[in-house]
Amino acid sequence: MSEYVPALISIAFHGLTLAMVLYLISVGLSVTMGLMGFVNLAHGAFAMAGGYVASTLLAHFGLPFAIAILLAVVVVTLVSVVLERLLYRRFYGGVELDQVLLTMGLIFISVGAATYIWGPLPQPMQIPRALQGGIDVLGRILPVYRLFLIICGAIIVTLLWLALERTRFGAQLRAAVDNLRMAETVGINTSRLFASAFALGSGLAALGGALGAEVFALTPGYALEHLVYFLIVVAVGGLGSIRGPFFAALMVGITDTALKYYVPELGAFFIYLLTMAILLRYPRGLMGT
Amino acid sequence: MTSETPTTSKPNTATRDVAATAAMDAFARTHRLSPLEALPWLAAVAAYFVFPDYLALGSQILATIIFALSVDLLIGYAGIVTLGHAALFGTGAYTAGLLAANGWGDPVSGLLIAALVSALVGCVSGALILRTHGLTLLMQTLVVAALLYEVANKAGYYTGGGDGLQGMEVWPVFGLYRFDMLGKVAYLYCLTVLCVCWLVMRIVVNSAFGRSLMGIRENVARMHAIGTPVERRKLMAYTLSAALAGISGALIAQTTGFVGLGVLSLERSGSILIMLIIGGVGQLYGAFIGVPLYMIAQDRFATIAPVFWYFWIGLFMVFLVLFARGGALGILHRFVRRKEGGA
Amino acid sequence: MTGTPTTPAAIETRQLRKSFGAFVVTDDVDFRLEHGARHALIGPNGAGKTTFVNLVSGALAPTSGTIALNGADVTSLSQAQRVKRGLVRTFQINQLFRKLTVLENVGLAVTERNGLAGNAWRPAGRNRAVLDEAYTLLERVGLAADASRAIADLSYGRQRMTEIAVALGLKPKVLLLDEPAAGVPTGDVGLIIDLIEQLPADIAVLLIEHDMAIVFRVAKRITVLTEGRVLIEGTPAAIAQNPKVREVYLGERKPQ
Ligand SMILES: Nc1ncnc2c1ncn2[C@@H]1O[C@H](COP(=O)(O)OP(=O)(O)O)[C@@H](O)[C@H]1O
Ligand SMILES: [Mg+2]
Repeated sequence: MSEYVPALISIAFHGLTLAMVLYLISVGLSVTMGLMGFVNLAHGAFAMAGGYVASTLLAHFGLPFAIAILLAVVVVTLVSVVLERLLYRRFYGGVELDQVLLTMGLIFISVGAATYIWGPLPQPMQIPRALQGGIDVLGRILPVYRLFLIICGAIIVTLLWLALERTRFGAQLRAAVDNLRMAETVGINTSRLFASAFALGSGLAALGGALGAEVFALTPGYALEHLVYFLIVVAVGGLGSIRGPFFAALMVGITDTALKYYVPELGAFFIYLLTMAILLRYPRGLMGT
Repeated sequence: MTSETPTTSKPNTATRDVAATAAMDAFARTHRLSPLEALPWLAAVAAYFVFPDYLALGSQILATIIFALSVDLLIGYAGIVTLGHAALFGTGAYTAGLLAANGWGDPVSGLLIAALVSALVGCVSGALILRTHGLTLLMQTLVVAALLYEVANKAGYYTGGGDGLQGMEVWPVFGLYRFDMLGKVAYLYCLTVLCVCWLVMRIVVNSAFGRSLMGIRENVARMHAIGTPVERRKLMAYTLSAALAGISGALIAQTTGFVGLGVLSLERSGSILIMLIIGGVGQLYGAFIGVPLYMIAQDRFATIAPVFWYFWIGLFMVFLVLFARGGALGILHRFVRRKEGGA
Repeated sequence: MTGTPTTPAAIETRQLRKSFGAFVVTDDVDFRLEHGARHALIGPNGAGKTTFVNLVSGALAPTSGTIALNGADVTSLSQAQRVKRGLVRTFQINQLFRKLTVLENVGLAVTERNGLAGNAWRPAGRNRAVLDEAYTLLERVGLAADASRAIADLSYGRQRMTEIAVALGLKPKVLLLDEPAAGVPTGDVGLIIDLIEQLPADIAVLLIEHDMAIVFRVAKRITVLTEGRVLIEGTPAAIAQNPKVREVYLGERKPQ
């Protein structure tokens, strides 16, 4: 009896960690796919880049943890804006096949570049001493870093949602997701809006990739390996939705962790099955418009 | 109201026949073989004699062309973009592999069984996922492939999991031609199977069914309005494409004597798309150009600078999408048209 | 089934309703199209005429209500199944294969009707009977000279004629024409009118049209739709004199 409680705590805890990382990485993808009508398969590359840059800044330049992470986010965001203006923009709302090929190409570039710069082995992330070690919660030793991750994630998600409710940018974004043509006719500069939304999404992905390097290990194949999970979160959550992916990420995170705990032989199998079923019942996702 | 409307007056049969024949010939011409279509086969036979040391790579290329053809049927003709066709390729590979590893090493029947199993998987998964459209459909294809990957991964007792399937024993073709070290039999075996698959593809895309697939790709609303059972047509295409993909996977399993999880991977689904695009989509011969180009380049690169392979192919893809969307065949067409226009 | 004494109509809708979110586009429409009718459905832009065609043809599923074809409920049938039963529509905006020829466009329809389109073995070009039929049809509607021209190379008027020819290739019993003359230059409108007037008498025709000249020339009966609701139905003479109609529709014609 008393054995169940710690197990449940453990599952909730690790599931939540995974969910936070998944959400931070995927929420931008939801906007790109729902609002711009663009299948950005390479979205995970921004997360990977965030992780690699942060880990390099930590290991080779000895920057403080927070500064390194922030710098990494800024760098990736800037690169993403350049890519958006040069490449992505031309394909918004265009032929799906072109988008798939373009972003598949970008994934391959990211794999090649990462292998060349950082090598094929997983890149370790140096966690500050204060965040190392474990903490006892009801008889379970839980890693402090993951607790930090959950708190960080919760703060960022709250800020993001507040920003979307309260700021002009948020209002414009919600209006555009709701009805793009209408948003255009009332004078919203959608081109600029798209660029900002894309930058924000990439920045969040970089943040998720950097903070979550412990959950999703930094390897050159990152963007391809985790692509299915990112896409599941977006598709199940609902394209274009900001909140939907959060619940989808929770579902995936908790289910995945619980399965690993109780029926490891099932692996991701059950999640894929669940995703298929949900998408058949709700083709637009749980909270899609 | 006007004099030009031929209301009920019988048209002059003589002039009618000339005009009608001209109009109909334009329609009928497409399925006739042109001498140019002999080129890939001449090249394949020539390669057999000119590059005896590269027959193993050659067999892989020939088998992969079938995979590309199967993807072309979906993307190029029916307009169904898939990111998970490795699901059906891998099903074929594992079917053939498991048969050969468990005492049924006859290649030809193995191939047929693999085609059937893949077609079945394609038909069932297609019936489920083809009801969705656009991004959701793309996702569904991806998820089906991921699902099968997990099955193969977790069913390690049968499939060998991450280590791959061991102990395949493939018997001689028709009990006569043993697979040799040089890969001669494998090459000719693959070439024959490719030839059959190509014939089937060619017949299908030139049939009324093939036309209706193109109609669905170009304008679904119109096809619905003329009474096309769109979903059923797509499912037929999906099933046929699955069978071809299965044959391709089975060929590679039989000729290499090994099946690994890679046959079901996203990378496999993605790279076949790339090969097809390099050649050109929806023109039947794109596969014959794109696959050899990609695989030969990859083979060369793998010996010189494997790390850069991904980088350059990725960069190449980006340029292709930006500047040469029709692939090699598209460029060729444009070139020919310009020449004709200039002359 | 409810024991109405009348014979079944070619098309009958009951309480047909379609809403997009909170926006009701078709508002409980009861409508009858008799056999062999020449019936016009008119109404201002956005009245829901095209939506009505989409509902009846099966391109859209209604929110509620029923559609019967010759007395048989077809509400849950697919568009393809309705076409097989002779219910055919044309589009307000051309839905043709622009790179294909006129003959090929019509041929696709004929092939589908003949049940040959599922055949994956026989070369399409060998279906001589299909091409013969398609060509004969083109002769009948005055498009034979354009048979081997691509749609993209045709004048808009002739494209609109092809749109109708494709529908005729399906041998319809009920034909829903969605603004067949929309966008046709005045000089070519006569061609379209001729074509409609020459349609076999046993086809029930529902004509959606903006151009009143065409409506009064062709229609024996007119239904006026506004904001998704049937405003009034009657003979052309009655409609032309109706003050309500003059107010919402005929009178509203502004100089453009
Ligand atoms: N798919 C749709 N989603 C939302 N609104 C629609 C849709 N289709 C049509 N409408 C709306 O329904 C109304 C009627 O449209 P329509 O049937 O095309 O009118 P008509 O053919 O009489 O001009 C219009 O206001 C149009 O904006
Ligand atoms: Mg309309």
